[in-house]
Amino acid sequence: MRIAVQEDPFDLGAESEAFARNCAGMGAVVTFTGIVRDLDGALTAMEIEHYAGMTERAITGIAEKAMARWGLGDVLVIHRHGRLKPGERIMMVATAARHRKDAFEAAEYLMDYLKSRAPFWKKEITARGAGWVAAREEDEAALNRW
Amino acid sequence: MLDVLYFAWVRERIGIPREQVETQAATVAELVEELKAREERYAAAFADPSALRVALDQELRDFDAPLAGVREVAFFPPMTGG
Repeated sequence: MRIAVQEDPFDLGAESEAFARNCAGMGAVVTFTGIVRDLDGALTAMEIEHYAGMTERAITGIAEKAMARWGLGDVLVIHRHGRLKPGERIMMVATAARHRKDAFEAAEYLMDYLKSRAPFWKKEITARGAGWVAAREEDEAALNRW
Repeated sequence: MLDVLYFAWVRERIGIPREQVETQAATVAELVEELKAREERYAAAFADPSALRVALDQELRDFDAPLAGVREVAFFPPMTGG
């Protein structure tokens, strides 16, 4: 299991390749990548603030639960903070399981929990000004399915 | 003495990222009342506690949680990771 909270970009190809190579006995690897979306062409940047210390702890707790629940062979979570431009990769998760259903489900579980339980806050910087992204009710509701 | 941390718009409204607070408050809710009584910027930040989350020593907790033995309290809006 590897958890990385960092300002620097990550190499999606190299990370995916290294993750898949070290999954002996696992038949399925799922990766998900989150990208800064430019909603209406007005986004200048996305600033991501986080709670250093708690962030690593919270993500580790979420990943450990996923490992146990789906019997995963491995988990990778990389999440960036700082100032990102549209099109940049914000984060990735990878899960390895014996079968694809478990790998997909665990990846969705990780994403649902990272969204609402990992201490990150996004601020959109546009030509018209800046504003904090509000949490959505459906994101909180998504946790209930687990 | 408690380390009190603020994030996102809570930090912006209060104007500082962290401070040390001398308090006798027994729960988070009592601490919030003390802070609100301080100055308008605190009252503005804590106007709607249902819009806030709290972590005690880096674990998410409820506002009725006791502060005994706690060293670090953090207030922030609902998280938007992922």
